[in-house]
Amino acid sequence: MSKNHWTVFFFLLLFVVACKKDSPVVTEIERFLGFEKPVNFPVPVYNFEANPVTKSGFELGRALFYEPRLSRNNTVSCGSCHIQSAAFTQHGHDVSHGIDDRLGTRNSPPIMNLAWNKAFMWGGGVYDLDLQPIVPITTHEEMDENLENVLSKIRLLPKYTRLFKAAFGTEEVSTARFMKALSQFMLMCISSNSKYDKVMRKEANATFTADEQAGYMLFKAKCASCHVEPLFTDGSFRNNGLAKSPINDQGLYTATLKETDRYKFKVPSLRNLQYTAPFMHDGRFLTLAGVLDHYNLEVQQTTNLDLALQAGGKLGIALTETDKTTITAFLATLNDQEFINNKLLSEQ
Amino acid sequence: MIKNIKLTYLFIFYMGTLLISGCSKKEDPTPEFAASNLAPFSVEFDNIVGERTFSLNNSTSLYTNAAGEKFSISMLQYFISNIKVTTADGKEYAVPQNSSYFLIKGADKATRFAKVKVPEGDYTKLTFTLGVDSLRSTMGIDHRTGILDPASGGDHESGGMYWGWNAGYIFFKFEGNSAVVSDDINGDPTGKKQFKYHIGGFGGYSAPTINNIKVITVDLTTAGVAKVRKDRQSNVHMFVNVMKVFNGTNGFKIAEHPNVMFSDYSVNIAKNLTELFKHDHTEN
Repeated sequence: MSKNHWTVFFFLLLFVVACKKDSPVVTEIERFLGFEKPVNFPVPVYNFEANPVTKSGFELGRALFYEPRLSRNNTVSCGSCHIQSAAFTQHGHDVSHGIDDRLGTRNSPPIMNLAWNKAFMWGGGVYDLDLQPIVPITTHEEMDENLENVLSKIRLLPKYTRLFKAAFGTEEVSTARFMKALSQFMLMCISSNSKYDKVMRKEANATFTADEQAGYMLFKAKCASCHVEPLFTDGSFRNNGLAKSPINDQGLYTATLKETDRYKFKVPSLRNLQYTAPFMHDGRFLTLAGVLDHYNLEVQQTTNLDLALQAGGKLGIALTETDKTTITAFLATLNDQEFINNKLLSEQ
Repeated sequence: MIKNIKLTYLFIFYMGTLLISGCSKKEDPTPEFAASNLAPFSVEFDNIVGERTFSLNNSTSLYTNAAGEKFSISMLQYFISNIKVTTADGKEYAVPQNSSYFLIKGADKATRFAKVKVPEGDYTKLTFTLGVDSLRSTMGIDHRTGILDPASGGDHESGGMYWGWNAGYIFFKFEGNSAVVSDDINGDPTGKKQFKYHIGGFGGYSAPTINNIKVITVDLTTAGVAKVRKDRQSNVHMFVNVMKVFNGTNGFKIAEHPNVMFSDYSVNIAKNLTELFKHDHTEN
């Protein structure tokens, strides 16, 4: 469904671009379908009633997402650490690399399927997408700017005067409008066209290979209790038995100060792993093989270790070499090339 | 028989009340309480420091807390919200929430008044919140305007009161300098001898966390009932003694806790914050 819509939109756009030179009037046929729930996805968590996605709101959000003026010295945009070709992560960086070459403490998470997110950041603390961008904008190691300055800089640019008016009816640049536009762009970053999705939706006779199918069965038995389909995360915070890091990042505890939250981090989605290495909240594993080795052999008994990783008194998840091969084959079906190549989501 | 006596007493009491109200009417009639009959009312938050007036960057004339630590103040800001007044006979009026958030800034005397409108009447009790209530702390971006706008005030150095990483507001921000602050990681590694108290915590979005919202109730009968009338400005003048941050029930030394933000210890300091407010007098 969704894929078809995007495709139609894309071709319409091509048509528009092709015709533009001769007859600008044709642009009127361009249609924006807004947010559409993929048929194999659950009902979104985001409150669309307070912020319906519109074409002009989305376009404003996209411009802001790629706007370096969001940072103190106008060098870093959201897109700097959330690169589309890396499924909106900062591929190759264990921790994010921000302003003045400063390094953060966490791995840049993907901007993907956020309409279904109940909590944001690896360690929680933010529970509303509309309030999330304040964190990277104000964080010393990321954009090191304050929101008041950002809005002042945006107000000076005629481009934004035009875009805000188109999106919200008047030229006013307010915090709420700024945040809502960014949300509209991020909400449209939907990854739902992997091979897995096509198999599930029975599109174009898509089927798993024998290895993929075997891997899927193993995945369901050994991984799916936390990495719940079809988003491949249950959105919860868990301690997956990582050895304590040198900086002793305690994850969710920092935001809640509850003993039972020490060392818990958000369960990440398993979509698009091909593009998003390295893995874990601090990017400590460079490859998927490293992650599987961790679950097989390296799980540590630290405070609040998840019960699923100590079943039967044994730490971790036992995996044979064959298991690893088939699970890897299945996980590869979660890579979504259309998502990372979708021109609508790119800097224009 | 007993019933008759009761009735007689009631009758006498009733007549007496009539008589009293009849007398006072000549000078200052108490208007009938009607929620739509609004008149100006204000609460003045007059910051003081122990026995002295409040002044910022008082490096030449330091304050001294109960532990004998000398300090100067560089920043004082706090949220006052959800103002409610009650008459002697228990009639309550809560100011509509959208008009009931105030940011009192030590650096800006004009911000010391929380100006609202309440029905004409004589009020013996004042209630307000120190901080931002949990409902507002979890509302969408549309409901965060004015002083609640996360962009308001700029960054934390220039007076911003929003915690981005923990999606909530700092309720009470108090910073200054003291020679007792160490130069190591437990104090101020920059060597500026700065102490910082950023007290917040609205109780958590989806799971309970620390809650430092404080509802303060002030009895106005001793220092002056607020007589709110349309033709004047009734002003409840509060002294806000910030020395109580250090010298309250949970007194502490700056040297031992030079930086308290979102941490378990903040709960102790938040308890002291309820002791800051003292009704001095009412201007009617």
